[in-house]
Amino acid sequence: MLKKLLIMLMSFVSFASAAETVHKERSIYRNIVINESDNIRCMQFETRRKLATNQACIDLKKPQRLVFEYAHGTLAALAHQPKPSRVLILGLGGGVLSNLIHQLSPDSEIVSVDIDPAVVKLAKDYFNYRENKQVTSVIQDGRVFVKRALLKKETFDWIILDAFNGDYIPEHMMTYEFLSEVKQLLNKNGIVSANTFSTSDLYDYESNTYAAVFNKLWTYRAPTRGNRVLFACNCAPFKFSVKTAPAPLLEHLQKYDVDLKQVFTHIDDKVDWQTDTQILTDEYSPANLLK
Amino acid sequence: MQKLTISLLAFLAGFSIMAFELLGGRMLAPYFGSSVYVWGSIITVFMLALSLGYLFGGRLSVYSPNLKKFACIFIAASVSLLPSLFFSQPIFEWVFLKVEDPRYGSLLAALCVFLVPSIILGMISPYSVRLLTVSARASGQTAGFLYFVSTLGSALGTIMTSFYLVLWLTVSEILCLIIGLLLFCAVTALLCAFKYKQNEEAEYA
Repeated sequence: MLKKLLIMLMSFVSFASAAETVHKERSIYRNIVINESDNIRCMQFETRRKLATNQACIDLKKPQRLVFEYAHGTLAALAHQPKPSRVLILGLGGGVLSNLIHQLSPDSEIVSVDIDPAVVKLAKDYFNYRENKQVTSVIQDGRVFVKRALLKKETFDWIILDAFNGDYIPEHMMTYEFLSEVKQLLNKNGIVSANTFSTSDLYDYESNTYAAVFNKLWTYRAPTRGNRVLFACNCAPFKFSVKTAPAPLLEHLQKYDVDLKQVFTHIDDKVDWQTDTQILTDEYSPANLLK
Repeated sequence: MQKLTISLLAFLAGFSIMAFELLGGRMLAPYFGSSVYVWGSIITVFMLALSLGYLFGGRLSVYSPNLKKFACIFIAASVSLLPSLFFSQPIFEWVFLKVEDPRYGSLLAALCVFLVPSIILGMISPYSVRLLTVSARASGQTAGFLYFVSTLGSALGTIMTSFYLVLWLTVSEILCLIIGLLLFCAVTALLCAFKYKQNEEAEYA
Protein backbone atom coordinates (compact mmCIF):
# COMPACT_ATOMS: atom_id res chain seq x y z
CA MET A 1 0.00 0.00 0.00
CA LEU A 2 2.75 2.37 1.06
CA LYS A 3 4.74 1.48 -2.02
CA LYS A 4 1.75 2.23 -4.23
CA LEU A 5 1.28 5.59 -2.56
CA LEU A 6 4.94 6.40 -2.99
CA ILE A 7 4.83 5.55 -6.69
CA MET A 8 1.71 7.65 -7.15
CA LEU A 9 3.34 10.54 -5.33
CA MET A 10 6.51 10.23 -7.37
CA SER A 11 4.68 10.10 -10.66
CA PHE A 12 2.66 13.15 -9.64
CA VAL A 13 5.83 15.04 -8.67
CA SER A 14 7.57 14.07 -11.89
CA PHE A 15 4.53 15.13 -13.90
CA ALA A 16 4.35 18.41 -12.02
CA SER A 17 8.01 19.15 -12.64
CA ALA A 18 7.89 18.02 -16.28
CA ALA A 19 4.91 20.11 -17.35
CA GLU A 20 5.90 23.72 -17.18
CA THR A 21 3.27 26.43 -17.39
CA VAL A 22 4.58 28.98 -19.84
CA HIS A 23 1.57 31.25 -19.90
CA LYS A 24 -1.72 31.80 -18.15
CA GLU A 25 -4.46 33.84 -19.76
CA ARG A 26 -7.56 35.03 -18.02
CA SER A 27 -10.72 35.10 -20.10
CA ILE A 28 -14.34 35.92 -19.29
CA TYR A 29 -15.05 32.19 -19.25
CA ARG A 30 -12.10 30.60 -17.49
CA ASN A 31 -8.37 30.61 -17.05
CA ILE A 32 -6.48 29.14 -19.95
CA VAL A 33 -2.99 27.79 -19.43
CA ILE A 34 -0.28 26.93 -21.91
CA ASN A 35 1.84 24.03 -20.68
CA GLU A 36 4.98 22.56 -22.12
CA SER A 37 6.54 19.18 -21.42
CA ASP A 38 8.83 17.04 -23.56
CA ASN A 39 8.63 19.57 -26.37
CA ILE A 40 4.86 19.25 -26.54
CA ARG A 41 2.99 22.50 -26.00
CA CYS A 42 -0.64 22.23 -24.97
CA MET A 43 -3.56 24.53 -24.24
CA GLN A 44 -5.69 23.60 -21.24
CA PHE A 45 -8.77 25.08 -19.65
CA GLU A 46 -7.89 25.39 -15.99
CA THR A 47 -10.03 23.29 -13.69
CA ARG A 48 -9.54 22.15 -10.13
CA ARG A 49 -9.34 18.60 -11.33
CA LYS A 50 -5.85 17.20 -11.63
CA LEU A 51 -6.48 15.86 -15.10
CA ALA A 52 -7.50 18.82 -17.19
CA THR A 53 -8.08 17.86 -20.81
CA ASN A 54 -5.90 19.38 -23.47
CA GLN A 55 -7.72 21.63 -25.90
CA ALA A 56 -4.85 21.75 -28.39
CA CYS A 57 -1.27 20.49 -28.62
CA ILE A 58 1.68 20.97 -30.94
CA ASP A 59 5.05 19.30 -31.18
CA LEU A 60 7.65 22.06 -30.84
CA LYS A 61 10.39 19.96 -32.40
CA LYS A 62 8.24 18.84 -35.29
CA PRO A 63 5.57 21.49 -35.71
CA GLN A 64 4.12 19.76 -38.76
CA ARG A 65 3.19 16.64 -36.78
CA LEU A 66 -0.47 16.39 -35.88
CA VAL A 67 -0.39 15.47 -32.19
CA PHE A 68 -4.01 14.57 -31.45
CA GLU A 69 -5.23 11.17 -32.50
CA TYR A 70 -8.77 12.44 -33.01
CA ALA A 71 -7.46 15.09 -35.41
CA HIS A 72 -6.05 12.31 -37.58
CA GLY A 73 -9.52 10.78 -37.53
CA THR A 74 -11.16 14.11 -38.39
CA LEU A 75 -9.07 14.39 -41.55
CA ALA A 76 -10.70 11.23 -42.90
CA ALA A 77 -13.46 13.58 -44.06
CA LEU A 78 -11.03 14.68 -46.78
CA ALA A 79 -11.55 11.30 -48.45
CA HIS A 80 -15.16 12.37 -49.01
CA GLN A 81 -14.45 16.05 -49.71
CA PRO A 82 -10.85 16.30 -50.98
CA LYS A 83 -11.28 19.91 -52.12
CA PRO A 84 -13.85 21.56 -49.89
CA SER A 85 -14.51 25.08 -51.09
CA ARG A 86 -15.81 26.24 -47.70
CA VAL A 87 -14.95 24.73 -44.31
CA LEU A 88 -16.55 25.64 -40.99
CA ILE A 89 -14.81 24.80 -37.71
CA LEU A 90 -16.87 25.24 -34.55
CA GLY A 91 -14.36 25.38 -31.68
CA LEU A 92 -10.99 26.76 -32.76
CA GLY A 93 -8.72 25.39 -30.03
CA GLY A 94 -5.16 26.08 -31.13
CA GLY A 95 -6.19 26.50 -34.74
CA VAL A 96 -4.16 23.41 -35.63
CA LEU A 97 -6.82 21.94 -37.91
CA SER A 98 -7.39 25.27 -39.63
CA ASN A 99 -3.67 25.66 -40.35
CA LEU A 100 -3.39 22.13 -41.66
CA ILE A 101 -6.45 22.29 -43.90
CA HIS A 102 -5.21 25.59 -45.30
CA GLN A 103 -1.86 24.00 -46.16
CA LEU A 104 -3.53 20.98 -47.73
CA SER A 105 -6.08 22.97 -49.67
CA PRO A 106 -4.99 26.64 -49.98
CA ASP A 107 -8.03 27.57 -52.07
CA SER A 108 -10.51 26.52 -49.40
CA GLU A 109 -12.17 29.23 -47.41
CA ILE A 110 -11.94 28.31 -43.73
CA VAL A 111 -14.12 29.96 -41.08
CA SER A 112 -13.38 29.11 -37.46
CA VAL A 113 -15.80 30.05 -34.70
CA ASP A 114 -14.91 30.26 -31.04
CA ILE A 115 -16.82 31.78 -28.17
CA ASP A 116 -13.70 32.89 -26.32
CA PRO A 117 -11.52 35.72 -27.70
CA ALA A 118 -8.70 34.59 -25.41
CA VAL A 119 -8.57 31.20 -27.18
CA VAL A 120 -8.12 32.92 -30.54
CA LYS A 121 -5.39 35.15 -29.13
CA LEU A 122 -3.50 32.18 -27.64
CA ALA A 123 -3.91 30.17 -30.84
CA LYS A 124 -2.14 33.00 -32.68
CA ASP A 125 0.52 33.56 -30.01
CA TYR A 126 1.39 29.97 -29.12
CA PHE A 127 0.09 27.66 -31.86
CA ASN A 128 1.04 29.64 -34.91
CA TYR A 129 -2.59 29.99 -35.98
CA ARG A 130 -2.60 32.23 -39.04
CA GLU A 131 -5.42 34.18 -40.60
CA ASN A 132 -5.54 35.62 -44.10
CA LYS A 133 -8.03 36.35 -46.84
CA GLN A 134 -9.05 32.69 -46.96
CA VAL A 135 -8.76 31.88 -43.27
CA THR A 136 -10.84 33.84 -40.80
CA SER A 137 -12.21 33.47 -37.30
CA VAL A 138 -15.36 34.75 -35.65
CA ILE A 139 -15.86 35.26 -31.93
CA GLN A 140 -19.36 33.93 -31.35
CA ASP A 141 -21.30 31.15 -29.73
CA GLY A 142 -21.28 28.31 -32.27
CA ARG A 143 -25.03 27.82 -32.17
CA VAL A 144 -25.65 31.53 -32.79
CA PHE A 145 -23.15 31.50 -35.68
CA VAL A 146 -24.96 28.58 -37.30
CA LYS A 147 -28.35 30.28 -36.98
CA ARG A 148 -27.02 33.56 -38.43
CA ALA A 149 -25.19 31.71 -41.24
CA LEU A 150 -28.49 30.05 -42.16
CA LEU A 151 -30.16 33.45 -42.37
CA LYS A 152 -27.39 34.63 -44.69
CA LYS A 153 -27.89 31.46 -46.75
CA GLU A 154 -24.27 30.45 -46.30
CA THR A 155 -23.26 26.90 -47.11
CA PHE A 156 -20.25 24.70 -46.39
CA ASP A 157 -18.75 21.52 -47.77
CA TRP A 158 -17.23 20.39 -44.51
CA ILE A 159 -18.31 21.29 -40.99
CA ILE A 160 -16.07 20.28 -38.09
CA LEU A 161 -17.82 20.18 -34.72
CA ASP A 162 -15.17 20.55 -32.07
CA ALA A 163 -16.66 22.86 -29.43
CA PHE A 164 -15.77 21.91 -25.90
CA ASN A 165 -16.11 23.83 -22.66
CA GLY A 166 -13.56 22.25 -20.21
CA ASP A 167 -16.32 19.76 -19.33
CA TYR A 168 -17.86 18.40 -22.51
CA ILE A 169 -19.74 19.66 -25.55
CA PRO A 170 -22.09 22.55 -24.62
CA GLU A 171 -25.63 21.23 -24.19
CA HIS A 172 -27.23 23.47 -26.81
CA MET A 173 -24.73 22.17 -29.38
CA MET A 174 -25.71 18.53 -29.22
CA THR A 175 -29.44 18.72 -29.75
CA TYR A 176 -31.56 17.49 -32.65
CA GLU A 177 -32.45 21.08 -33.56
CA PHE A 178 -28.80 22.17 -33.62
CA LEU A 179 -27.72 19.24 -35.78
CA SER A 180 -30.63 19.90 -38.13
CA GLU A 181 -29.42 23.48 -38.49
CA VAL A 182 -25.90 22.19 -39.17
CA LYS A 183 -27.29 19.84 -41.80
CA GLN A 184 -29.07 22.73 -43.49
CA LEU A 185 -25.75 24.57 -43.74
CA LEU A 186 -24.22 21.68 -45.68
CA ASN A 187 -23.99 21.70 -49.44
CA LYS A 188 -25.25 18.64 -51.18
CA ASN A 189 -22.75 15.91 -50.41
CA GLY A 190 -21.25 18.09 -47.65
CA ILE A 191 -19.80 16.26 -44.67
CA VAL A 192 -19.84 16.78 -40.89
CA SER A 193 -17.16 15.45 -38.60
CA ALA A 194 -17.89 15.68 -34.90
CA ASN A 195 -15.33 15.10 -32.19
CA THR A 196 -16.98 13.37 -29.23
CA PHE A 197 -16.05 10.95 -26.46
CA SER A 198 -16.47 7.22 -26.77
CA THR A 199 -16.58 6.73 -23.03
CA SER A 200 -19.43 8.78 -21.70
CA ASP A 201 -22.85 7.97 -20.38
CA LEU A 202 -24.11 10.23 -23.12
CA TYR A 203 -22.91 7.82 -25.79
CA ASP A 204 -26.31 6.34 -26.60
CA TYR A 205 -28.19 9.66 -26.43
CA GLU A 206 -25.63 11.45 -28.56
CA SER A 207 -25.31 8.72 -31.20
CA ASN A 208 -29.06 8.37 -31.46
CA THR A 209 -29.50 12.12 -31.90
CA TYR A 210 -26.96 12.21 -34.74
CA ALA A 211 -28.58 9.18 -36.35
CA ALA A 212 -32.02 10.82 -36.08
CA VAL A 213 -30.78 13.81 -38.09
CA PHE A 214 -28.38 12.21 -40.56
CA ASN A 215 -29.50 8.54 -40.73
CA LYS A 216 -26.21 7.00 -41.73
CA LEU A 217 -23.16 7.50 -39.51
CA TRP A 218 -19.59 6.39 -39.75
CA THR A 219 -17.46 6.31 -36.61
CA TYR A 220 -13.75 6.67 -36.07
CA ARG A 221 -12.66 5.24 -32.74
CA ALA A 222 -9.29 6.52 -31.61
CA PRO A 223 -7.24 3.39 -30.87
CA THR A 224 -5.54 4.63 -27.70
CA ARG A 225 -7.64 7.55 -26.48
CA GLY A 226 -11.31 7.75 -25.54
CA ASN A 227 -12.19 9.94 -28.52
CA ARG A 228 -14.41 9.11 -31.38
CA VAL A 229 -15.23 11.12 -34.45
CA LEU A 230 -18.67 10.82 -35.99
CA PHE A 231 -19.06 11.37 -39.72
CA ALA A 232 -22.34 12.27 -41.31
CA CYS A 233 -23.24 13.54 -44.73
CA ASN A 234 -25.92 15.52 -46.51
CA CYS A 235 -26.22 12.71 -49.04
CA ALA A 236 -27.74 9.31 -49.52
CA PRO A 237 -26.37 6.75 -49.58
CA PHE A 238 -23.33 7.80 -47.57
CA LYS A 239 -20.40 5.68 -48.69
CA PHE A 240 -17.20 6.43 -46.85
CA SER A 241 -13.94 4.90 -47.89
CA VAL A 242 -10.27 5.77 -48.24
CA LYS A 243 -10.53 4.70 -51.88
CA THR A 244 -12.06 8.04 -52.81
CA ALA A 245 -9.06 9.93 -51.41
CA PRO A 246 -6.76 11.17 -54.21
CA ALA A 247 -3.24 9.69 -54.09
CA PRO A 248 -1.50 13.12 -53.87
CA LEU A 249 -3.58 13.89 -50.79
CA LEU A 250 -2.52 10.68 -49.06
CA GLU A 251 1.07 11.50 -49.84
CA HIS A 252 0.75 15.10 -48.70
CA LEU A 253 -0.79 13.97 -45.41
CA GLN A 254 2.23 11.87 -44.57
CA LYS A 255 4.13 15.10 -44.06
CA TYR A 256 1.96 15.56 -40.99
CA ASP A 257 2.39 11.98 -39.79
CA VAL A 258 -1.16 11.22 -40.88
CA ASP A 259 -1.71 7.83 -42.47
CA LEU A 260 -5.24 8.00 -43.84
CA LYS A 261 -5.28 4.32 -44.79
CA GLN A 262 -4.40 3.45 -41.21
CA VAL A 263 -7.06 5.88 -39.95
CA PHE A 264 -9.72 4.17 -42.07
CA THR A 265 -8.97 0.82 -40.42
CA HIS A 266 -10.53 2.35 -37.29
CA ILE A 267 -13.62 3.60 -39.09
CA ASP A 268 -16.81 1.59 -39.45
CA ASP A 269 -20.55 2.08 -39.69
CA LYS A 270 -21.45 -0.24 -36.83
CA VAL A 271 -24.42 0.81 -34.73
CA ASP A 272 -23.14 -0.03 -31.26
CA TRP A 273 -25.55 2.13 -29.29
CA GLN A 274 -29.02 1.59 -27.90
CA THR A 275 -31.28 2.75 -30.72
CA ASP A 276 -34.30 3.16 -28.44
CA THR A 277 -32.62 5.84 -26.32
CA GLN A 278 -34.30 9.23 -26.11
CA ILE A 279 -32.81 11.81 -28.44
CA LEU A 280 -31.49 15.13 -27.13
CA THR A 281 -33.57 18.16 -28.07
CA ASP A 282 -33.67 21.83 -27.12
CA GLU A 283 -36.50 20.83 -24.81
CA TYR A 284 -34.67 17.89 -23.31
CA SER A 285 -30.92 18.18 -23.17
CA PRO A 286 -29.57 17.36 -19.74
CA ALA A 287 -26.30 16.55 -21.46
CA ASN A 288 -23.96 17.63 -18.73
CA LEU A 289 -25.98 15.75 -16.12
CA LEU A 290 -25.90 12.53 -18.09
CA LYS A 291 -22.23 12.71 -18.85
CA MET B 1 -52.76 27.25 10.49
CA GLN B 2 -53.04 30.39 8.38
CA LYS B 3 -49.42 31.27 9.14
CA LEU B 4 -48.28 27.85 8.02
CA THR B 5 -50.28 28.07 4.78
CA ILE B 6 -49.00 31.53 3.86
CA SER B 7 -45.43 30.47 4.63
CA LEU B 8 -45.85 27.42 2.42
CA LEU B 9 -47.21 29.57 -0.40
CA ALA B 10 -44.30 32.01 -0.08
CA PHE B 11 -41.98 29.01 -0.16
CA LEU B 12 -43.56 27.69 -3.36
CA ALA B 13 -43.44 31.15 -4.96
CA GLY B 14 -39.71 31.31 -4.20
CA PHE B 15 -39.33 27.84 -5.69
CA SER B 16 -41.17 28.84 -8.87
CA ILE B 17 -39.13 32.00 -9.45
CA MET B 18 -35.79 30.24 -9.47
CA ALA B 19 -37.04 27.22 -11.39
CA PHE B 20 -38.33 29.66 -14.02
CA GLU B 21 -35.05 31.60 -14.05
CA LEU B 22 -33.03 28.44 -14.68
CA LEU B 23 -35.35 27.42 -17.48
CA GLY B 24 -34.79 30.90 -18.92
CA GLY B 25 -31.18 30.00 -19.63
CA ARG B 26 -32.30 26.83 -21.35
CA MET B 27 -34.89 28.61 -23.45
CA LEU B 28 -32.53 31.35 -24.64
CA ALA B 29 -29.52 29.11 -25.43
CA PRO B 30 -30.69 27.93 -28.89
CA TYR B 31 -31.03 31.55 -30.03
CA PHE B 32 -28.42 33.48 -28.11
CA GLY B 33 -26.00 30.80 -26.94
CA SER B 34 -24.83 30.20 -23.41
CA SER B 35 -22.30 32.99 -23.29
CA VAL B 36 -21.72 34.76 -20.02
CA TYR B 37 -23.84 37.74 -21.18
CA VAL B 38 -26.87 35.53 -21.78
CA TRP B 39 -26.86 34.64 -18.10
CA GLY B 40 -26.11 38.31 -17.37
CA SER B 41 -29.28 39.29 -19.25
CA ILE B 42 -31.41 36.72 -17.47
CA ILE B 43 -30.23 37.63 -13.99
CA THR B 44 -30.59 41.36 -14.74
CA VAL B 45 -34.18 40.90 -15.92
CA PHE B 46 -35.14 38.73 -12.94
CA MET B 47 -33.56 41.13 -10.44
CA LEU B 48 -35.24 44.09 -12.09
CA ALA B 49 -38.55 42.23 -12.08
CA LEU B 50 -38.25 41.23 -8.45
CA SER B 51 -37.42 44.78 -7.38
CA LEU B 52 -40.52 46.07 -9.18
CA GLY B 53 -42.58 43.16 -7.83
CA TYR B 54 -41.58 43.98 -4.25
CA LEU B 55 -42.55 47.61 -4.83
CA PHE B 56 -45.95 46.79 -6.38
CA GLY B 57 -46.69 43.98 -3.90
CA GLY B 58 -45.99 46.29 -1.01
CA ARG B 59 -48.20 48.99 -2.50
CA LEU B 60 -51.03 46.51 -3.12
CA SER B 61 -50.85 45.22 0.45
CA VAL B 62 -51.98 48.62 1.77
CA TYR B 63 -55.49 48.28 0.34
CA SER B 64 -57.51 45.89 2.55
CA PRO B 65 -55.22 42.89 2.24
CA ASN B 66 -56.88 39.50 2.23
CA LEU B 67 -56.33 35.93 1.14
CA LYS B 68 -58.62 36.21 -1.88
CA LYS B 69 -56.46 38.96 -3.37
CA PHE B 70 -53.44 36.88 -2.43
CA ALA B 71 -54.88 33.99 -4.46
CA CYS B 72 -55.43 36.36 -7.38
CA ILE B 73 -51.70 37.16 -7.48
CA PHE B 74 -50.96 33.45 -7.88
CA ILE B 75 -53.57 33.11 -10.62
CA ALA B 76 -52.14 36.16 -12.41
CA ALA B 77 -48.64 34.68 -12.11
CA SER B 78 -49.67 31.37 -13.63
CA VAL B 79 -51.55 33.08 -16.46
CA SER B 80 -48.57 35.35 -17.17
CA LEU B 81 -46.42 32.23 -17.60
CA LEU B 82 -48.58 30.98 -20.47
CA PRO B 83 -46.87 33.14 -23.14
CA SER B 84 -43.49 31.70 -22.18
CA LEU B 85 -44.97 28.25 -22.72
CA PHE B 86 -46.68 28.94 -26.05
CA PHE B 87 -45.08 32.00 -27.66
CA SER B 88 -41.50 32.13 -26.43
CA GLN B 89 -40.08 30.56 -29.60
CA PRO B 90 -41.63 33.01 -32.10
CA ILE B 91 -40.74 35.90 -29.77
CA PHE B 92 -37.11 34.78 -29.48
CA GLU B 93 -36.99 34.24 -33.23
CA TRP B 94 -38.32 37.74 -33.85
CA VAL B 95 -35.74 39.29 -31.51
CA PHE B 96 -33.00 37.15 -33.09
CA LEU B 97 -33.89 38.56 -36.51
CA LYS B 98 -34.12 42.15 -35.30
CA VAL B 99 -31.11 42.41 -32.99
CA GLU B 100 -27.70 41.19 -34.17
CA ASP B 101 -25.77 41.86 -30.97
CA PRO B 102 -26.31 38.79 -28.74
CA ARG B 103 -25.98 40.91 -25.59
CA TYR B 104 -28.88 43.22 -26.38
CA GLY B 105 -30.68 40.42 -28.20
CA SER B 106 -30.72 38.19 -25.15
CA LEU B 107 -31.59 41.16 -22.91
CA LEU B 108 -34.55 42.16 -25.06
CA ALA B 109 -35.72 38.56 -25.42
CA ALA B 110 -35.51 38.04 -21.67
CA LEU B 111 -37.41 41.30 -21.05
CA CYS B 112 -40.19 40.24 -23.44
CA VAL B 113 -40.74 36.80 -21.97
CA PHE B 114 -39.54 36.77 -18.36
CA LEU B 115 -40.24 40.27 -17.00
CA VAL B 116 -44.00 40.21 -16.38
CA PRO B 117 -44.28 36.79 -14.69
CA SER B 118 -41.32 37.57 -12.44
CA ILE B 119 -42.78 40.94 -11.42
CA ILE B 120 -46.01 39.20 -10.37
CA LEU B 121 -44.10 36.45 -8.57
CA GLY B 122 -42.10 39.14 -6.77
CA MET B 123 -45.31 40.66 -5.40
CA ILE B 124 -46.00 37.60 -3.29
CA SER B 125 -43.31 38.12 -0.63
CA PRO B 126 -44.30 41.62 0.56
CA TYR B 127 -47.98 40.69 0.38
CA SER B 128 -47.30 37.63 2.54
CA VAL B 129 -45.50 39.83 5.07
CA ARG B 130 -48.56 42.06 5.33
CA LEU B 131 -50.92 39.10 5.77
CA LEU B 132 -48.82 37.68 8.56
CA THR B 133 -47.92 40.89 10.39
CA VAL B 134 -49.94 41.34 13.56
CA SER B 135 -48.06 44.22 15.17
CA ALA B 136 -45.49 46.81 14.25
CA ARG B 137 -43.20 45.38 16.89
CA ALA B 138 -43.15 41.95 15.27
CA SER B 139 -43.06 43.20 11.68
CA GLY B 140 -39.27 42.82 11.37
CA GLN B 141 -39.45 39.30 12.67
CA THR B 142 -42.29 38.42 10.29
CA ALA B 143 -40.47 39.90 7.31
CA GLY B 144 -37.26 38.08 8.30
CA PHE B 145 -39.10 34.78 8.59
CA LEU B 146 -40.73 35.23 5.20
CA TYR B 147 -37.47 36.10 3.50
CA PHE B 148 -36.09 32.96 5.10
CA VAL B 149 -38.91 30.76 3.83
CA SER B 150 -39.13 32.17 0.31
CA THR B 151 -35.37 32.22 -0.24
CA LEU B 152 -35.17 28.66 1.02
CA GLY B 153 -37.82 27.85 -1.59
CA SER B 154 -35.67 29.59 -4.21
CA ALA B 155 -32.67 27.48 -3.19
CA LEU B 156 -34.71 24.31 -3.55
CA GLY B 157 -36.15 25.49 -6.88
CA THR B 158 -32.65 26.11 -8.18
CA ILE B 159 -31.18 22.79 -7.14
CA MET B 160 -34.23 20.71 -8.08
CA THR B 161 -34.43 22.22 -11.56
CA SER B 162 -30.76 22.16 -12.39
CA PHE B 163 -29.96 18.78 -10.83
CA TYR B 164 -33.08 16.74 -11.42
CA LEU B 165 -36.05 18.29 -13.22
CA VAL B 166 -34.17 18.89 -16.48
CA LEU B 167 -33.16 15.24 -16.35
CA TRP B 168 -36.70 13.98 -15.81
CA LEU B 169 -38.79 16.41 -17.86
CA THR B 170 -38.68 18.65 -20.91
CA VAL B 171 -38.54 22.43 -20.57
CA SER B 172 -42.25 22.74 -21.45
CA GLU B 173 -43.20 20.08 -18.94
CA ILE B 174 -41.31 21.89 -16.19
CA LEU B 175 -43.07 25.15 -17.16
CA CYS B 176 -46.41 23.33 -16.91
CA LEU B 177 -45.35 22.03 -13.51
CA ILE B 178 -44.62 25.58 -12.31
CA ILE B 179 -47.96 26.83 -13.67
CA GLY B 180 -49.72 23.92 -11.94
CA LEU B 181 -47.88 24.63 -8.72
CA LEU B 182 -48.96 28.28 -8.78
CA LEU B 183 -52.58 27.31 -9.45
CA PHE B 184 -52.39 24.89 -6.53
CA CYS B 185 -51.18 27.83 -4.41
CA ALA B 186 -54.13 29.93 -5.57
CA VAL B 187 -56.63 27.20 -4.68
CA THR B 188 -54.97 26.68 -1.31
CA ALA B 189 -55.17 30.42 -0.56
CA LEU B 190 -58.84 30.47 -1.55
CA LEU B 191 -59.63 27.44 0.61
CA CYS B 192 -57.80 29.06 3.47
CA ALA B 193 -59.80 32.28 2.94
CA PHE B 194 -63.03 30.28 2.94
CA LYS B 195 -62.11 28.41 6.13
CA TYR B 196 -61.03 31.66 7.82
CA LYS B 197 -64.36 33.24 6.95
CA GLN B 198 -66.25 30.21 8.27
CA ASN B 199 -64.29 30.36 11.52
CA GLU B 200 -65.01 34.07 11.85
CA GLU B 201 -68.72 33.51 11.24
CA ALA B 202 -68.73 30.70 13.77
CA GLU B 203 -67.10 33.01 16.31
CA TYR B 204 -69.71 35.73 15.77
CA ALA B 205 -72.53 33.21 15.91
